[in-house]
Amino acid sequence: MAGRHGIHRPTTLPGSRSLISRRTALGGAAGLGGVAFLGACSGAGGGGGAGGGGGGDDDGTLNVIMVNNPQMVDLQKLTADNFTKDTGITVNYTVLPENDVRDKISQEFSSQAGQYDVASISNYEVPFYSGNGWLAPLDDYISADSAFNQSDIIKPLATALTGEDGKVYAEPFYGESSFLMYRKDVFESRGLTMPDQPTWAEVADFAAQLDGAMPNMKGIALRGLPGWGQVFAPLTTVVNTFGGTWFNEDWTAQVNAPEFVEATKFYVDLVRAHGENGAPQAGFTECLNGMTQSQVAMWYDATSAAGSLDAEGSPVAGKIGYVAAPVDKTDSSGWLYTWAWGVQNASKRKDNAWKFISWASSQQYEELVGSQIGWASAPAGKRNSLYENTDYQKAAAPFYEETQTAINAADPENPGLQPRPAPGIQFVAIPEFADLGTQVSQFVSSAIAGQTSVEDACDQGQALATQLVSDKYKK
Amino acid sequence: MSASTAPNHTKVGPDRPQLRAGSARRAADWARRAPLMPALLFVIVATQLPFLATIVISFMNWNSYYPQDRGFGGFDNYVAVFSNAQLRQSVVNTLILTVTVVLVSLVLGMLIALLLDRKFAGRGAVRTMMIAPFLVVPIAAALLWKHALFNPNYGLLNGTLNAVWQLFGSDSAPQVDWLSTAPKIAIEVSLIWQWTPFMMLILLAGLQSKPADAEEAARMDGATGFQIFRYLTFPHLRQYLELGGLLGAIYIVQNFDAVFTITAGGLGTANLPYTIYQTVFSAHDYGLASAMGVVTVIATIVIATFALRVVSSMFKQEVGR
Repeated sequence: MAGRHGIHRPTTLPGSRSLISRRTALGGAAGLGGVAFLGACSGAGGGGGAGGGGGGDDDGTLNVIMVNNPQMVDLQKLTADNFTKDTGITVNYTVLPENDVRDKISQEFSSQAGQYDVASISNYEVPFYSGNGWLAPLDDYISADSAFNQSDIIKPLATALTGEDGKVYAEPFYGESSFLMYRKDVFESRGLTMPDQPTWAEVADFAAQLDGAMPNMKGIALRGLPGWGQVFAPLTTVVNTFGGTWFNEDWTAQVNAPEFVEATKFYVDLVRAHGENGAPQAGFTECLNGMTQSQVAMWYDATSAAGSLDAEGSPVAGKIGYVAAPVDKTDSSGWLYTWAWGVQNASKRKDNAWKFISWASSQQYEELVGSQIGWASAPAGKRNSLYENTDYQKAAAPFYEETQTAINAADPENPGLQPRPAPGIQFVAIPEFADLGTQVSQFVSSAIAGQTSVEDACDQGQALATQLVSDKYKK
Repeated sequence: MSASTAPNHTKVGPDRPQLRAGSARRAADWARRAPLMPALLFVIVATQLPFLATIVISFMNWNSYYPQDRGFGGFDNYVAVFSNAQLRQSVVNTLILTVTVVLVSLVLGMLIALLLDRKFAGRGAVRTMMIAPFLVVPIAAALLWKHALFNPNYGLLNGTLNAVWQLFGSDSAPQVDWLSTAPKIAIEVSLIWQWTPFMMLILLAGLQSKPADAEEAARMDGATGFQIFRYLTFPHLRQYLELGGLLGAIYIVQNFDAVFTITAGGLGTANLPYTIYQTVFSAHDYGLASAMGVVTVIATIVIATFALRVVSSMFKQEVGR
C-alpha cells in the first residue's frame, strides 16, 4: 500500500546495494517529483546490478524481487539456512507491497535491464510478458531437472503459466481459486441445506433467509471495494457464469451488453439487500473480518481465506462449510490466481535462477515450511502431491479437498460461454486491464452505494473499455 | 515547495548599504556565500531537476508495458489530461475538498484559538492536546477514521448510537453506513480534524501578537465584546487567516492518504493526486501521469505565489512597525 511519503520498507539483505532501496523508495512516491524520479532512474537501471560485485555471470548470487505476502516472508527467512547452505548461492531479496512490486517489475522487465534475475509475477502478467519476450522459457531446465516433477503441478496453473508459443514461462509458488464459504451451524439452525454445487439463484435465496439469523448477521459477504483485484475478482466470475464477458473474440467491448448488466445488477442488488455493512469499502480483509466476527452467514471469495477462518483461535473455526463457486449458465465459475516465479530474459544468472525456482516451488520446500513453520503456512494450491500428504490433510482438514477441486476446475482459457481474445477468468490478461478494471470498479462501487444505477455504471464502463482497449487492439 | 525556497537565495542581504564595492569586497562577499553553495546546489538537484525531467516525460508517449512505442508525443498527454472526464471530475473533487476543508478548519481553528487565548488553569495542557491531531501521521489518521470511527459494524460512531439507544431501552439503534452515505463529507471531516489544529496554531500566534493596549482603549470607549472582535481582533487576524488558508490549501490540494485509505478513490471521491497515482500504478503510463503532475504543479504554483505574497506583505508590515 503506497502512500505519499514512502511508507515502503524495502527489505534488502545486507549484501544488496542500498541503491536499490533508495530507488524503490523514490519510485513509490505518488507525488509530483516522484514521477520524474521514476523516469530518470529507470534509464540507468542496468548499472548497479551485481550485488556482490565481480563479473556478474553466475557468480554465486541471485537477485530476486517479490511481493511482501506472508508466504514470501517465510521464504526469505528460510533461504540462508537451506538454499544458500546447499547451493552456495546468496539470494538478495527486494520485497515490496503488491502495487509497488508490479510497477517495479514492469519497469525492470520492459527495459530488460538485467538487474533482477527472478521476479514474483502472476498469471495476469505471464501472457503478455512472455509475448513481449521479457521472460526466459524454462522448458529446458524443467526437462533436465526430473526431481522438480513438472507433472505434479496442478494442471490449470501450469496452463496459465504457459505462453502462447507453448513454452513454460513461470513456475507457481502458491495458487488459489474461489469458492463459497458458509456457516454450517447457522444453516442447520434454520433447517437449510447447502447443495454441493449451488447456483447463484439458490445463494441469493439463502442470503435472504439468513438475514438476521443471528443478531446483526447479514446473508452474504461480497467485495465492493474499488480495484480490479477487489470487487472485480468475484464480480467477473459472476459475469462469466451469467454468460457475459468484457470483450468478445474480436475485442468488441461487451460491458453494457445485456449479460454483463444482468450479472452486475444481480451482484449489486444482492450486496445491497443482503450484503455486509459498508460494502462499498469492503475488500478481502473486511469480508474476512465480517465472516470471522459472525456478521455474515456466507462469503464468496478466495480459497486462501479458508486457512485464516479455520486457523487455531479463530472464533468460527470448525463451523465453516466449503462448496464450489456458485454458477448460473456455466459448469464451474471459480477464478484462478497464482504468484509464480519468472526469470528475466536478460538475466545472466539463469542457471542460478532455475536452482532457486526448483527449490522454492518444490515439494521439499512445502515440507520444509510444514516442519519448521507449520503446515497451515505451506504455500499451497500448486502441487497435487501436497493434497495427498497426510500431515497437510490433517492441518487443512475442513477445506483441502474443496480447494484442490476448485483449482482443478478452473479453465482460464475458456471461462465463459464465448471464446475470449485473451486468457484470464477474473481478469483479462492484457496490460490495459488493471487500469480499465480499476476505473470501472469505481462505478460499480458507486452503484453498490446507491449513487448511480448499474446501467449507468456499465455504460460508462463500456465507453472506457472501447476507448482504452477496443480502439487499440482492433487496429 | 520549489517556489518557497527561491526567495531565500535571491534575498541574501538585500538591505546591505551600497558601498563602493571593489573587487576585493566582491570576493569577500562570495567567500561568505560559498558555504551556502553546496546546499543551494543540493536544493536545485533535488527539486528542480526532477521537475524538468517530469516536464520532458510529459511530452513523451511512455507506457512501461509498451517499451517499443516510447517516443516524442507532442501535446497528446495534455490533450488527454483535459479531455478525460474522470480527470476533470477529480479536479472538481480536489477543489471541493480543498475549499471545504480549509474554510471549515479556519473557522473552527479561529474559535478554538479565541478560547485558548484567554487565561485559564491548565491552558498549556489543553493547547498541547488540541495540537495532537496535527501530529498524527496522515495515513494513521485516515486508518483511524476509516476503521475506528466510520466502520458500520464496530466503529465508534455507530457504537455511540447503540449506547445512547440502549440507555433508553431500545435495541434497534439506526446503524448508519457513514462512508457510503456521505463519502465526501467523511473524508472532509477526517481532514478537518487534522487541519484545524494547524489553523489554530497560526491564529493563536496572531492573537498573541496583538497589542493589548488597543483593546483596553476600546473597552474604555465602551465597545462591546463583539465590536472589539469585529473591528480590532478580526482585522488584525486577517493576514493570519490568509496565511493559514493558503498554506492549508497548498497541502490539501496534494492530499493523498485520506482518499487512498478511506474510499480508495471510490464513490466519486478521487482527487488529482489519487488519479495520478492510479495512472502510474495501474496504467503504468508515465507520460500521462507526468502531464497530470505538471498541471498540478502549475496549479500549486499559482496558489503558492499568492501564499508567498501574503507572507512577504506581512514581513513588510513587520519592518514598518
